[in-house]
This record gives sequence, structure tokens and C-alpha cells, in this order.
Amino acid sequence: MIGTARFAEIERDAADALVSATSLAALAEAQTAVLGRRSALASAHRDLAGLDPEERRAAGKILHEIRTHLEALAAERGAALAARERAEMLDRDRLDLTEVTDDEVCSVIRRGRLHLVDQTRRELEDVFVAMGFTVAEGPEAETDWYNFEALNIPPAHPARSMWDTFYLDLGQPETVVLRTHTSPVQVHLMEEQAPPIHAVIPGRCYRRETADARHLPVFHQVEGLVVDHGITFADLAGTIETFTTAYFGADIHSRLRPGYFPFTEPSAEVEVTCTICRGKGCRTCSGTGWVELAGCGMVDPAVFAAVGIDPEEWTGFAFGFGIDRCAQMRHVIADSRVLGENDVRFLRQF
Amino acid sequence: MKTPLSWLRDFAAFDTSEVSRLVTTLDELGLVVEGVEHVGEGLGDVVVALVEGVDAIPGADRIRLVTVDAGQGPLEVVCGAQNFAPGDLVPLAPVGAVLPGDVEIRRRTMKGAVSNGMLCSARELGLSDDHEGILVLNDVEGARPGVPLTDALGIAEDVVFDITVEGNRPDAWSVAGVARDLAGKLGLAFTLPDPAPALELGTPVEALASLEIEALDLCPRMVVGVLEGVRVAPSPRWLARRLLLAGMRPINNVVDASNYVMLELGQPTHPYDLDRLGGAGLLVRRARHGERLVTLDGVERTLGTPGRGLGDTGEDCLICDAEGSPIGIGGIMGGASSEISDSTTRVALEAAYFSPMAIARTSKRLGLRTEASARFERGCDPWGIDRAVDRVCELVGAPCAAGKLDVRGAVPEPERIFVSSRRIVAVLGVDIDVARAASLLEPIGFGAEPGDEGLLVTVPTNRPDIRPAPYGVEDVIEEIARTYGYSQIPGRQPAWPEPGGLTQHQKDRRLVADAMCGVGAYEAWTPSLVDDADHRAMGLFGPAVRVSNPIVKEEAWLRRSMLPGLVRALAWNANRRQGDVRLFEIGTVFSHPDVEGRGARGGSGGTQEAVLPGEHELLAAVLASAGDDARHAVAVWRVLAEALHLDAVDVVADGSIPGLHPTRAARLVARGHGGSTPIGALGEVDPEVAAAFGYEGGRVGWLEVDLGLVLDPNVASRRPSAARTISRFPSSDVDLALVVADGVPAAKVEAALVAAGGDLLESARLFDVYRGPGMPEGHRSLAFRLRFSAPDRTLTDDEVGRLRRAAIDAAEAATGATLR
Repeated sequence: MIGTARFAEIERDAADALVSATSLAALAEAQTAVLGRRSALASAHRDLAGLDPEERRAAGKILHEIRTHLEALAAERGAALAARERAEMLDRDRLDLTEVTDDEVCSVIRRGRLHLVDQTRRELEDVFVAMGFTVAEGPEAETDWYNFEALNIPPAHPARSMWDTFYLDLGQPETVVLRTHTSPVQVHLMEEQAPPIHAVIPGRCYRRETADARHLPVFHQVEGLVVDHGITFADLAGTIETFTTAYFGADIHSRLRPGYFPFTEPSAEVEVTCTICRGKGCRTCSGTGWVELAGCGMVDPAVFAAVGIDPEEWTGFAFGFGIDRCAQMRHVIADSRVLGENDVRFLRQF
Repeated sequence: MKTPLSWLRDFAAFDTSEVSRLVTTLDELGLVVEGVEHVGEGLGDVVVALVEGVDAIPGADRIRLVTVDAGQGPLEVVCGAQNFAPGDLVPLAPVGAVLPGDVEIRRRTMKGAVSNGMLCSARELGLSDDHEGILVLNDVEGARPGVPLTDALGIAEDVVFDITVEGNRPDAWSVAGVARDLAGKLGLAFTLPDPAPALELGTPVEALASLEIEALDLCPRMVVGVLEGVRVAPSPRWLARRLLLAGMRPINNVVDASNYVMLELGQPTHPYDLDRLGGAGLLVRRARHGERLVTLDGVERTLGTPGRGLGDTGEDCLICDAEGSPIGIGGIMGGASSEISDSTTRVALEAAYFSPMAIARTSKRLGLRTEASARFERGCDPWGIDRAVDRVCELVGAPCAAGKLDVRGAVPEPERIFVSSRRIVAVLGVDIDVARAASLLEPIGFGAEPGDEGLLVTVPTNRPDIRPAPYGVEDVIEEIARTYGYSQIPGRQPAWPEPGGLTQHQKDRRLVADAMCGVGAYEAWTPSLVDDADHRAMGLFGPAVRVSNPIVKEEAWLRRSMLPGLVRALAWNANRRQGDVRLFEIGTVFSHPDVEGRGARGGSGGTQEAVLPGEHELLAAVLASAGDDARHAVAVWRVLAEALHLDAVDVVADGSIPGLHPTRAARLVARGHGGSTPIGALGEVDPEVAAAFGYEGGRVGWLEVDLGLVLDPNVASRRPSAARTISRFPSSDVDLALVVADGVPAAKVEAALVAAGGDLLESARLFDVYRGPGMPEGHRSLAFRLRFSAPDRTLTDDEVGRLRRAAIDAAEAATGATLR
């Protein structure tokens, strides 16, 4: 015969078992014992089958309430035990970071590596430093002014479609961006420093492009800026050629052909001898022997005007190219996405 | 832009046998040839043939013997295709013919039957991808036995250049424009034929249509011509063929003529069915706020409402019928209501000059870019409109009303710019004399009057890339350089007296990276754009800077910590059975300006102060080699501190560093000129946090340092650079085992010992920690080795004894330590 008294007993015993569990493992065991298929509760539930419908409904309701109560009790106990076990673990683990002895300094038997992009950046910096450049840097989040307008790209100008831009949710809509190129640092430099300026500017840039074999939404550029007396397009061509042979090797040369950038005039695209076929013509260079590497040109007088430099006294040139792309060319990396995977098997090759 | 050579030859006598020279020349002009396609080549020998009979070949079920007549009597050919019957016209490649792909046709014998040629599929002829059967020519007008296939199909050998035109050269974004540049460079005469006047009716255009422009600032000029008695039909074969070669689908003679002229001259035009224009005319006005229009692509557009972008005033130019109902967005896309249909007989042909910036704004805001808008936003020639209208009329060939409607506001006129000889040399570094410069500019449409001091240049109105003076001077110089040839300007390596070099910060950053490599860590590069949930998962609450337009919805926040990225990178490696690894990263983390930001010039014209996120350059490292834990993080930090000669950075226990194990973490606090500054953190990653980022391979040591702070000697002071004299006298060691309560940091004991040691203390080093039997509960033994020396003498036992006593007393006074 099933009675309320029996139910109360089941509930009391079960609650005792749950509350007296002193570890998460013990609690799990207790849960199985008092709520599982072989528990007194389950058996009481099975016994309901013999009752008439009205009694069955009433008794079933009570059993359901008991189960709900016990489950809540188990959860509560579980949380308390988990917190206690973590507290105990933390206490056991407690370490005074000032009592580490030098003998515990692990003996290091292997060397790590710089990321290929960082290695490439250093090499590029070193080539330019040897040519008399300083290295300048700037922030990754910029205002529209630095990333576009001061570079002669006014708001809504169609040329903006050359850069797919990430906008930040700050201030007025579309006024703060993740820099799409390192060129805004040119503007900072010219605002802050009177000419002459001879600087290269490496850094991380962002473009809203889906990653593929040759594009990454987050990538690295190095930019160059020279502002001085008597700087001409011939100096630009010479600088690019000196850099090309110094970085890629004596048999790799550069050439310029007309291009368009809003912040330079005249503007040029830089092509260098294909490093795969060394100029003989292959699939990478579409048989031409040349591959596109960079953009460059003479600083546009409108850019000088934006930063208050007199274009009659000073002239200048600027260039920019992808660090990741240089690495890809030098090391024949087919898919640029591998650069962001951080797989040590890849990293330790370089 | 796909540009057929035959079309280019309408304007100048380019040599068809010198394709590679044309390609090189185009490249040198900045009209980059991305591809060259040879079409219709190798078809010269193929003729039309009539099928006279088809017979089975004994013993063969796949091939049949076909008797054809190509005008020279019956010829037997073996063929495998089944899709033709006697009486059909088919292409025949006779013996000796060479098909596209250098396939030479020879006499062959198959199953005893002799084949004297080959019947061809469209694919074998390079005409299409169709290889289902033989190309049947029954419906082709002019296909008769013996006629060369190229004549029958009206196709000739041609070369199609795929040319990329830079965004600032709308003039070159047309066949005539490319021809002009190319002819100029090659020294060939360039002629732009005047369209032959179409048959002009007596009716004046004003009697048939009206034109009014209310928004002359958005649309400074519009011209409308009217064609009558138009029969809408397919275009002539040659015109349809050229459109196809240029990558455009032919539709009907009116629309095709309009498209043809856009490709040829770069000027879009728009034909309307005049009988479907309310009020038989056009009205150009600003869109009213919130006005709606369904464009040809079936999308309803809301107009006249400013968008999100800087400088978008929400001004849109609407083309309406004379009753004011909108029928199109000016210069971008028309509506369906007045489209040309098969029943159209009267056409109002509209051509306009729109304000480029207005088109750019509207096109960007609506996300609607068309062949027309792309041209208008770059700037079409406001004085090239008449020619375009005449050319469309000529091509449609229907009678025109007399005259054209022409409404003008402030239309750009040719600019005159003086370019001094001095400036040419100053910019290019090569002396191009004014006569030479004039001879370079004139063939591409510029006026040039050489003088003593320089060149007075008249800029043609199809060159909106040439700005007015003073900036236009540079633009003209670029044109001189471009046509002179960039490769003709010899390079020169500039030199200057200022030395190059890295800043101290840049040198130190390299030192830090090298030191990290030295402790066996690999440099990683983890994402800057992350999910804000990652921050919360590591207990980093508060605002993060959000990207308004992320590529991936979850990667929309600027990272506030490198921990999630580095632990994930660890997990990536662990999942590939290479979890025994240490990784580090040097990169930027961002803070929300509500917490910490920075000001910068912003707003339109750079006239406002904008607020930007704070940026910090951090070094962060995860250590997960065998046995790595918080101790190893400390060890790695000591290597770094040593490399940088830091002399005053304290390790201060802190259980509340987000993401770190609460009882195995500490802050790095630098003592510098400006007081104490937290410069980083170290310890272990909280195992729950590591698990949240997919790593459950055991303890992970963590080190994080703000490089902007740690490399600033004012924040974290460094040992003096002056050399310390090394004593020539023997030193004495004192080992002290001190019993200290667990709650007292070893650093505190060491500090007391160092203070007590004074000038004679050479070094103090903790060399052993002991817990276990013999120790009181909650205590451990810390063993220090103190080394004493004096610069001028050997210390006596007595002196060392006093120093030892003083050290013990000091430790006891400061920390309650007792000698073991």
C-alpha cells in the first residue's frame, strides 16, 4: 500500500543522502541511488500503476513534487561542492611567485623562432635603415581624417572603393576606422615633424576582405616617406631599385609603370622580376617575368597642403607594400592564410 | 574592360601583326592588359558544306560515312555525330586545315572508310563550349556550300584585350579613349569620326518633347534627342558581335546602340519610350525626403534621406517625366515604367553630365553600382554628350526630330594651367624640354603652348583627373611622364646627411622578442578582431570597441587581451599532437574610450576632436612545455628583466587578475621616477579559462607585459649604465635558512636582507625552499645565500659575523622570520 508517510520517508532518506555527499563524485553516486531507475522513488512511481485513476493522479503529483525538490537539492549541493572543491584546489595550488628559486629556471635546450612576418619586417627595416631611413609607427585605429581625407581622399569619393574599410562604433557613424593602410602615419609624421623626413612605417592594417590565398583581412604593410629638398621621381625609382636588389638579390630588378593613388602624383605601380622564374616567365607572373609588388609616387601637393608643408620648398615620395606578400614571394607560400594559423610546424621552418 | 582590336582600329591604324607590342605599350601607359584573347583564329580553312548522304560503315556502329558537297563535288567524310541528316548545312574542315589549338586535319582511314576531312562542333571551332553535335548552319543567312565559315557567320579573326583602367581615368574607360592614348604613344594618327547625321525630320524637337532641370547642381547639363518611326528589332550582326566580344549581351537595336556608344565613347545615354513618358518630357529634380522608386532590378529604393557616411547629404538626383513622376535615379538606374519595348516607335534619348560626387554619394548609399554610375562618378566629358547622342541616333538609324533639347547650368569648361620647365625637372628629375612636353600632350587631346618659362596647357574636358592649378600642375606633369615613359626616367639613389636607425623602443622590442625566442618560445600572430564573449569568458567585463561592419558576426570586437587568442593557438597545436610548446605574441590590445581613450583630429576636414580607442602594445606568452607552470613564467620574466637591465620591478601577488589562476598569479609592479606602476602580470592561466578556449592539457604559464611601460626607463628604471668596479678581494658567503610563515612573500624577506647588507652585500639569492617534516604548520624554510665583499680589503670573520647577525635581525624584525 502506498501512503503519504512512505513518500515522506523516501524523500527524507533521499535528501539525507544528497546533503551528506561530501564530494562531487559522491554526489553523483547519491543522485543515481535516490533518483535513478533503481531508486525507491522510481519504484514508488512504478507502484502507481496499481491504483485507481484518481488516487494515481494525486499520488503521481506528490511524487513529481518530491522529484523536483530532490533535483533542486542535488543541483544546489553540486554547486556548493564544486565551489568548495575549486576553493580547495586553489588553496592547494597556492604559490608565492616570489619564492621561485633560480635553480627552478628550467634549463632551455631549444630555441624558438620569430614569426615569419616579423622576420620579414625586420629584414625590410634593416635594408631601409641601412639606406638612411628611420622607422616610424602609429596607431591601428584612426579617424577618417588621417586614413582618408588628409591623404586627398574626401568623404564619399569614389576612390574610397579602393579600400574596403572596417568602421568602429565610435562617435558619428563611419568616422573612426581600422587603418586600411600605414599611410595615416605619414600624415602624423608630417604634422609632428618638420622636414626633412626619411622614414619607413611598418604595421598592421585591416581591410574588409574575405581571406583567400592572397588576401588577409588583417595584414602587414611597410610604407616609406621621404620629404626633402630636391627629391624627384628619379630618386623614387632609384630608391625602389636599390631596395629591390638589396632585399631580393642582385638578379631581381624593379620597374615602374603608371598607376593611380589619390595621395601621390605622379603615381606608379612597382613591378619586380618574378622571384619564381627569375624573369623567364611562368604561371605566377602570367608569363611576363614581372610581378606587382608595391605602389608609389611623388607626394601629392594636396597632401602637403593638408599638413602645412610648402610644396614649393619641399618635394617628396612615398611607397607602400605588403610585408606578408614579400614573405610569400620569398618563401613561395601558396596560401597566405597559413600565416595566421600559428602551427609550430610552420613557424619553426623559418 | 574587354576591348577588341578591330574596334580600336576604327580610330587609328594599329598593326594587327604586332599584338605583343600593343600590349607592352598599353602597360607602359598604365592601361594594364590583364589578358589577351584570340578569337575566330584558325577558321580560315573551314567552309560550309551541304550534307548529301549518310551511310552506315560495315562493322561500325558509332561512326558513319557522310557525303558532303562544299562546292567542289562530293566528298566522303567519316563522322561520329548523329545530329544531322541529308539536306543540312554543316562546317567542314578539309584535309590540311588547321583548327584552333593547332589541330591539323589529315586524311584518315577508319574501319576501312577513308575520311577526307572533319565535320566540326562549335567547340572544335572555338566558337562556344557546345560539343553536343555538329554545328548545323541551316538558319544562318548567307550559309551556302563552299562559302568560308567566317563569311557565313560574319566573324573575323580578332584579338580582345582585357584592360584594367585606373579609377581616375574615365576618359580611357572607352574604346576610343584607349585608342587615343595608344595612338599617341605609337605616333599614329587618331581620328574620332563625326557621326553621320541621321535623317532629320522637319518637326522641331521642342514640339515633341520637353526638358526641365530643377537641380542644376546635381545635373549641370542634359541633352535630349527624339527618334521617330523606330522599329525595335535585333541589332545588326556586326554590332551584336562587338557587344558580345566586349562582354555585353545584345538586347535590341535601341538599347544595344546606347550600350555600344557607352563602350565606344564612355558616355552613358538613356533611351525612353516617349509615348510612355507622362507629359511627353523629362524633369530633373532632387528627390524629396523619403521618396520611393522601384528601379529596373525590381528593388524599391528610398531616396532623399542622408546615409551614415561622412559628407552624405542625402541629395539624390531624380529623373521624372514632365508630370513629375519619378522614372529613374539620375545616372545610376532607370525604372521599369518607360523602358524600351517591342512596341516602342518614338524614343526620347537622354544624355547628361551629372555631378560626380553626387552620383558617388547616391550610389554608395544605395549600394547600387552600374556601368553608368561607375562612369558618371568618375566624371564623363560634359562636352562629349552631343557626339554620343548623334552616334546613338546614327546607329539606330531612325529619323530624328530637328535639333536637340539642351539645358545647362554651370558646366565645367577647359582649364588652363601653366606648367613651368623648372617644376617639370623638380618633380621628375629629368629635363624634358617644353617642345617635347607639348609633343607628348597634344596627341592625347591637350592644348599646349610652349613658352620661354614653360608650357601653357589647356586641359580637355574629358580629363577630370587633371585638377585646376595649382595641384593640376602635378597632374599635367604625370601625363608628361606617363607618355614620355616611366622607364625612360633613369633612377638615382638619393642621399642625405641624417642617419637612419631604430628608436631605442624598437631596439628593445627586438631584444624582448629575441629573448623570448631564447627561452624556446615561438612567435604567434593571433586575431585582433574577436568575439566579446571571449572577454567575458576570461572574466574581463566592461565595454569593448565594436566594429560596425564585421565580415563575420562573431569577430566584431577589438581584442582587450591576447589571452584567448594565444590559448586557442596552444589548443590548435595540442590538437595536432604538438602541445609541448611555448608561444608569444607582440601586438596591440585596445581599450574602449569610456575606460581609456585618446583624442585625435577627426570629423570632416579634420576640424573636430574625435575620441579613439586606447592602444597598448603588449608582449604576452603562454608556456605549455612539459613542466611549465607559474614558476616557469617567473623564470621567463627574470630572463626578460635581465635582458633589459631592469632593476626595480616587484612581483606582487594578486588573486583578481582576469583569466589567471587566483592563487598563482601576480602583478609586475615597476618602481620608477614616477612611483609604482603596474606594468604586467604573470602566473598561470586559470584552468577553467583555458578549458573555455579549448585547452585542457594541464598548467599553462602566463606572462604579459605592457611594452610601452616596461621599455620606458622613467616607468621601469634600469641599472645605471656606468660600470661597477669589481672587487679584487675574495668574497664571503653566508647561507641563512629562515623559517617564514606562508603568508609572507619571500620577496619581503629578501628585501629586508638586502637592506641590512648595505654596501658590502654583493648579491642575495634564494636557493632553496623547504616545506615538510620539521617545519611548523603553515611555515616554510627559505634558504638565502648572501655574498659579501669590500672593494678595498678582505672582510674579516668578525665583520662577516656582524653582517650575518644584522641580516637575521632585520629579517626577523621585518617578517617574523626565525633562523632554522
